[in-house]
Amino acid sequence: MCRVGEEPGPPDERAATDAAFTALLEDSAEDLYEQAPCGYLSTLMDGTIAKINDTLLGWLGLERAEVVGRMRFTDLLTVGGKLYHETHFAPLLRMQGEVHGIALEMRTAGRGRLPTLVSSTVKRGGDGEALLIRTTVFDASDRRAYEAELLRRRREAEQARAEAERAHARAEAALRQAETDRQRLTEALSALQQSLVPSSLPAVPGLETAVYYHTASPDLLGGDFYDLFPVGGGRWAFFLGDVCGKGPEAASLTSLTRYTLRAAALHDPEPAAALRTLNAVLHEHYTAAGDPRYCTVVFGLLEQAEDGRVGVKVASGGHPPSLILRADGDSEFLPTPGGLLVGVLPEAPFTTATTVLAPGDTLLLYTDGLTEARTGPTREGLFGDEALLAFAADQAPATPRGLVEALTVLLKGFGDGLEDDTALLALGVSAARPTTDPAADAP
Amino acid sequence: MDILRRNNVTLLGSGDGPVVVLAHGFGCDQNMWRLVVPALAERYRVALFDYVGSGGSDLAAWDEQRYSSLHGYAQDVVEVCRELDLREAVFVGHSVSAMVGVLAAGAAPERIGALVMVAPSPCYVDDEGYRGGFSAEDIEELLATLESNYLGWSAAMAPVIMGNADRPELGRELTNSFCATDPDMARVFARTTFLSDSRDDLKGVTVPTLVLECTQDAIAPREVGAYVHAAIPGSRLVTLDATGHCPQLSAPEATAQAVLAFLDGLR
Repeated sequence: MCRVGEEPGPPDERAATDAAFTALLEDSAEDLYEQAPCGYLSTLMDGTIAKINDTLLGWLGLERAEVVGRMRFTDLLTVGGKLYHETHFAPLLRMQGEVHGIALEMRTAGRGRLPTLVSSTVKRGGDGEALLIRTTVFDASDRRAYEAELLRRRREAEQARAEAERAHARAEAALRQAETDRQRLTEALSALQQSLVPSSLPAVPGLETAVYYHTASPDLLGGDFYDLFPVGGGRWAFFLGDVCGKGPEAASLTSLTRYTLRAAALHDPEPAAALRTLNAVLHEHYTAAGDPRYCTVVFGLLEQAEDGRVGVKVASGGHPPSLILRADGDSEFLPTPGGLLVGVLPEAPFTTATTVLAPGDTLLLYTDGLTEARTGPTREGLFGDEALLAFAADQAPATPRGLVEALTVLLKGFGDGLEDDTALLALGVSAARPTTDPAADAP
Repeated sequence: MDILRRNNVTLLGSGDGPVVVLAHGFGCDQNMWRLVVPALAERYRVALFDYVGSGGSDLAAWDEQRYSSLHGYAQDVVEVCRELDLREAVFVGHSVSAMVGVLAAGAAPERIGALVMVAPSPCYVDDEGYRGGFSAEDIEELLATLESNYLGWSAAMAPVIMGNADRPELGRELTNSFCATDPDMARVFARTTFLSDSRDDLKGVTVPTLVLECTQDAIAPREVGAYVHAAIPGSRLVTLDATGHCPQLSAPEATAQAVLAFLDGLR
């Protein structure tokens, strides 16, 4: 008893308190040993139990007579505890003379288990010889339950992490697969794209050609098309056009249009006749079937004259007029007014125009991606026909290659303003065509 | 790679006889031999080492797949012997290391000239017609005990456990250090040790072999000692008047005398 900040009581009362205190302190060492709130046991160095207190016997449900001199410490342990004792506890005790706080499980009489924390020290004689091992055992049931919960949580966390890692691996595999698929699709689209526009134009004697092709669609499938091919008798046909829509659906219409025009031209290269055939095919295939689709196109026929000039005859179905850059620096549209969109009506009239290209002259066909490119932030500022004519005037005279290169720079300058597919096809008569074998000119 | 550093190799003693290689078993490290080393080193050169994953070994060299088989540990032995250029060495293996020695002697016969098997067991789990003393469930129980004793152990503790002289305030933590290793590595070593079955390897032993057993051993009972002795042609069996699984600690003089008698007999 401890009184702080109080006067001691009367002498007789103080004497009574001291007597009670003394009685308490006379708690015998024997009783303290037997009834301590922890287990005590002493063993010989070989583990044979020499002494054990009541507390531990009670926990284990054993009788003193069956334990003392008959059992070893390891006999009290579970098999796992015994293995741990032999591989860790006993060597440590031998090497250090003491071991503290080792978790071991003990077996109880009812085939139960008692989680414990065990500490041991070696008692030595006066000559330093090891005599016996003193061991204290604490009931660690509550603590072990807490630890088991910690372990369970840790395993759960480890499992969650492992699961996350697996998911991550799956996502990466999916990403690789997607990349492979994308690669394959790109290759397929590239092959398909080849069927829409030729990968390169054929070499035409006495003629220079240049093209530019831009697809606004991310899948590379454009709605613009062009071609140049021989139709016999030294004549060449060409066309350039623009189908309605974009992407894969436009591409199928583009494909049909291109091969129809090629086939029609072989049958009758007359421009208006080729467009009439195309009109009939598209109308039958789409509009008459309830799925109206159409295109605009310029179709032309080239025929070379003896004097090196080239006669041009074009027909247009709703397409912007072609542009001519003369060798003398003039530039002009080649008007083809009144032609209707191809594929809308069962019968459609097409306007034909003719011109002659002299050496140094260049004919430019283009789609409205060029003239309808935005030059400002809104659709109110479009490039337009007049600006195109002015640009051509600046460039003239120009070779097909030079003109297309200049227009390419112009188009790139539009940036986001170039919203639609855009195709350019320039045809020109070579300005200085060698008429003799170059080797003959050598000195 | 520096093998001597990796396996924390210690060399001491002198003599012109064969080098004695002392190999610890599962649980602790080369400190297990400290009580018998003085007597051996007086007359023989002695090499001590820690397996990768134990004691003062280089934990960075740990490879779970390699050390999931006793052959991985035997490879440590062969590499240490080769690094020291040992020939006809006497390999003294405690507990599971006795079997590691059998594998190492088979793999590098020119390096190992004799075996001392201290408290060996070729198979801890009972099998038909064979009593190893344990069931597979018992081994799982050991792993659970391992785990509860490693609770709170973390990678941050590794430098402490490996001996950190710069931080004496952590000395308290070192109390139980001789038998402390990374818990993941200890778990693998425990599984490899107690679930291995090397009985078929015993008959391939051709070098002089001494089998040392204890009168009372909870891990390697006497019938297992008898089994090993019978399986190795020409082996000698000595039963030490010692209890427990570690006679080199509980009866160091008797253990050292038995090993020395065997060594002397080889000359």
